[in-house]
Amino acid sequence: MTWRDRLGRIARGQPGHVARAEPDRAELTCQELVELVSDYLEGALSSDDQHRFEAHLEGCDGCRAYLEQMRATILAVRGVTDADLDPAMRERFMDSFRDWRSLRDV
Amino acid sequence: MVPVDRAGSPGPALPAEGGPTDDAGLVEALRKGDEAAYRALVDRHTATLLRLASMYVSNPEVAADVVQETWIGVLQGIDRFEGRSSLKTWICRILVNKAKTAAQHEGRTVTLSDLGDDGLAPAVDPERFHDQGPRRGQWSNPPREWDRPEERLLSKETRAVVERAIAELPTNQRLTITMRDIEDLSAAHTCSVLGIGDGHQRVLLHRARTHVRAALEAYFSDVTETA
Repeated sequence: MTWRDRLGRIARGQPGHVARAEPDRAELTCQELVELVSDYLEGALSSDDQHRFEAHLEGCDGCRAYLEQMRATILAVRGVTDADLDPAMRERFMDSFRDWRSLRDV
Repeated sequence: MVPVDRAGSPGPALPAEGGPTDDAGLVEALRKGDEAAYRALVDRHTATLLRLASMYVSNPEVAADVVQETWIGVLQGIDRFEGRSSLKTWICRILVNKAKTAAQHEGRTVTLSDLGDDGLAPAVDPERFHDQGPRRGQWSNPPREWDRPEERLLSKETRAVVERAIAELPTNQRLTITMRDIEDLSAAHTCSVLGIGDGHQRVLLHRARTHVRAALEAYFSDVTETA
């Protein structure tokens, strides 16, 4: 199954892998591996696919670098944090609370 | 996944997902009209709510109004909160409903049900792989390790590259990467708030992350070449 078939299946809510009577022992290509990186990081690969994924990584510098770049990307995205809450806005939300409480206490 | 210290997040250290015990205490305090409990919730979640609201409405003032309506909705609904989902999930769902209504008033609609036009675009430019012969599908132009990523990834310039890349994404991908990677919410929480299935969520996250990776790779290779 190509990565495109696989993504199509996932998009339709089906598993990204197909159970076969004969386990697929074909090695992943690099082009297939890059499409499975998120499923790998999410722990969503079947054990068979995870095994093939890791077996490929062992012998492939390019894919190891790619996986590290994806991990680094996630860290970089996490670094995008918000500024502190504007005190005026917080007071506005606190006012809503006081209104609510005064109505509730009646 | 490597745990990251979410330094700078305001307010008391509530657990990211708010476990049931923790939620129960907060809900109980809120029902009693405890101002400190409410302030803790506002401090902890407002940044997340504002960020999510701004995905649905374009005007920042409208986004702030949506967040205010959300907090009012939380207070008015707190007696009916049954704890079937986490408190945070419940608050985010209220936000998404209010934000969708506000977006309709702005004449915008946000559709999450489809994958968008580039839903099946490849993660990496096919030109970078051999397209024939015995090495078909293998890297012809493999990625190179990023030099000193830990320093460079946290710089202001890198942050700007990341923010720009996220801003370019279709809305459904932007919401997903925001919830999962910026706000550090679980997959289950994200699916529940956005009303999508887990497989769909993973595809959106995958597309979004690969886009940001490509932007970072382009940025780092430019920096290296001009250094």
